[in-house]
Amino acid sequence: MSRLIALAAVCVLAGCGAQATDGDTTLVVKTFSQFGYEDLYREYEASHPGVKIKEENIGKLGDYSPKLQQWMQTGKGAGDVVALEEGILVQFMAKPDQFADLREHGAAELEPNFLPWKWKQAVTGDGKIVGLGTDVGAQGMCYRKDLFAAAGLPSDREQVGALWPTWEKYVEVGKSFKGAKFFDSAGGVYQNVLMQQGDHTYYDRSNKLVIDSNPGVRAAWDTTIKMIEAGLSANVDQWSPQWNAGFKNGAFATIPCPSWMLGTIEKQSGPELKGKWDVTRVPGDGAVRGGSFLAVPKQSKHQKEAAELAKFLTGAKGQTTAFKSKNNFPSSPQAIDDPAVRDFTNPYFSDAPVGKIFGESVKALKPVYLGPDNIAINDRVANALTAVEQGKLTPADAWTKAVDDAKRLVK
Amino acid sequence: MKSLDSKWAPYLYVAPFFVIFAAFGLFPLVYTAWVSLHEWDIAGQGGFVGLDNYTTLFGDPDFWNATVNTIGMLVLATVPQLFGALVLASLLNQKLRGLTFLRMGVLLPIVTSVAAVGIVFSQIFDRDAGMANGLLGLLGVSPVDWHADKWSSWTAIATMVNWRWTGYNALIYLAAMQAVPKDLYEAATVDGASKVRQFFSITVPNIRPAILFTVIMSTIAGMQLFTEPLIFAQGGFAISGGSLRQFQTVSMFMFEKAFRDFDYGYGSAVAWVIFLLITLLAVVNFLITRRSR
Repeated sequence: MSRLIALAAVCVLAGCGAQATDGDTTLVVKTFSQFGYEDLYREYEASHPGVKIKEENIGKLGDYSPKLQQWMQTGKGAGDVVALEEGILVQFMAKPDQFADLREHGAAELEPNFLPWKWKQAVTGDGKIVGLGTDVGAQGMCYRKDLFAAAGLPSDREQVGALWPTWEKYVEVGKSFKGAKFFDSAGGVYQNVLMQQGDHTYYDRSNKLVIDSNPGVRAAWDTTIKMIEAGLSANVDQWSPQWNAGFKNGAFATIPCPSWMLGTIEKQSGPELKGKWDVTRVPGDGAVRGGSFLAVPKQSKHQKEAAELAKFLTGAKGQTTAFKSKNNFPSSPQAIDDPAVRDFTNPYFSDAPVGKIFGESVKALKPVYLGPDNIAINDRVANALTAVEQGKLTPADAWTKAVDDAKRLVK
Repeated sequence: MKSLDSKWAPYLYVAPFFVIFAAFGLFPLVYTAWVSLHEWDIAGQGGFVGLDNYTTLFGDPDFWNATVNTIGMLVLATVPQLFGALVLASLLNQKLRGLTFLRMGVLLPIVTSVAAVGIVFSQIFDRDAGMANGLLGLLGVSPVDWHADKWSSWTAIATMVNWRWTGYNALIYLAAMQAVPKDLYEAATVDGASKVRQFFSITVPNIRPAILFTVIMSTIAGMQLFTEPLIFAQGGFAISGGSLRQFQTVSMFMFEKAFRDFDYGYGSAVAWVIFLLITLLAVVNFLITRRSR
């Protein structure tokens, strides 16, 4: 225990972070996963002499968010521009004073450059602009062409997409599928079904917990349970080593893939599976899962310069570049309609027209309100689903447990 | 002047320890206690709530679950480990070929990084392609989903701990054994006592202080068990220690509350209760081991 206490105390006492000063202004950008900004930094540095940019990246979002909370809490270490994933953003929207109001840096006029719902997510009730949208987690369904062909199914992406207009049909296809499990893990599929259930999930828009009264949550749960009971899940936790290995071993034939996940799939599957993966439309209507914002913490000593950089990175051109680099799908309508995005095909995924697939998904979507503890609640629901996969709980008991855990968490 | 020196110099000599202890030992303890009496989240310090956090904690089933898990794994890890260490030490106390090599060899697991141990053993105890299930398969036992049950996950985690620390404890015992006077064994041999009898009647009583030390140290380490189960858990919500918290330890529970749910006040209360539990267990251990003299 002393070790952990010491750790906490060190951060409280000393602050966790460093500052660099050498005539130039160094802007520190904090990101997680892959934002694909490298080329943009070089370009910005070239056009802004005296500005140096340093990106500090943490691979997993799960590791990044506690660190971020710590930086914000201690008032040190958050750098000049921070990436906020939409689930975390909701928590910070309750305390917008920790961030610079970007209205003061001329961001108000940028509103038409963003999808309206994306823009609103980072604006407080009294009009303060906390962050600017980067990408949206446009939804697609990735599948293994070769495994589909081996199972006697069509492998062409149009025909595959036509197999599953709804999740019910997806389950039907899965039941008859032979040769591998149909998808990776119930938690991931559940998340995608859930995000298609309309206006809100665990919280209503007044931040009241409605996990047990919102029929959308229950519907997503029931659909997922049906899939588990049909034996479609490979039962490997997302982001675990088994999951990583599963890509290489062909342990599962489909995986619902938000645009930002394509980079991960490519990395984990490796060059030998190039051209074996493909992307098609997701069952049901379009949906988003994830997506981020850039914000400028109040603790930054260069708020003006940082705001300029954030505006540049989240501009239509910045978003297009990030998309081409890592498939992070733009939240700027101008970028979405940019031929460079619209006509973009991904060579790793059999030249799938990902720009078009994700663009259609984004246009079909209805924005979903998340609420403060949505991540923590979702973790508990996913755990309950895992317990069903493991055969440790009946679906009914697991549901009760998930609801109780959520209520206990929110208190 | 000289008398002043001799009066204050000793205090000055011991001061570094006390200064460092105050800064890194005492202050965090006291500060944690202070935080635990408040409603304290990422927004900063809320109001003073007295013992509310502790009341909630004692009614929190997840905390009791974590306590049971921790003690369960503590027993599974400590008991075989110390027995194994005793046997290993008495073997290393014989005249063997390559003795130094063997003695150094038992130290190897300790210099291995705990993260590496966690990763390797997690692969061994993998459900689909793990070596443990492979070996069980040879015996005709159907594969075990190591993460799914308490007994299986505890076994897997205790195995990591045992593998890592048995050698270390063996060396401590070995050092103590070498200090046992040889004439005791000679006298016992003359009286016709067997090797086993000698071990239990001479060796064990004579190395009791070492045993006491290792029992207490293992207890403290066991109560703080964190990295092994965390790496074993894997996935995005690993800190919960399994889908039904099958192997979440109290340290993991504290971390989850403080740094995942950002309930610092509650997390601090957990930290203090862990501290008290460790103290309690150490005292109990001490009394048991001393009384059985």
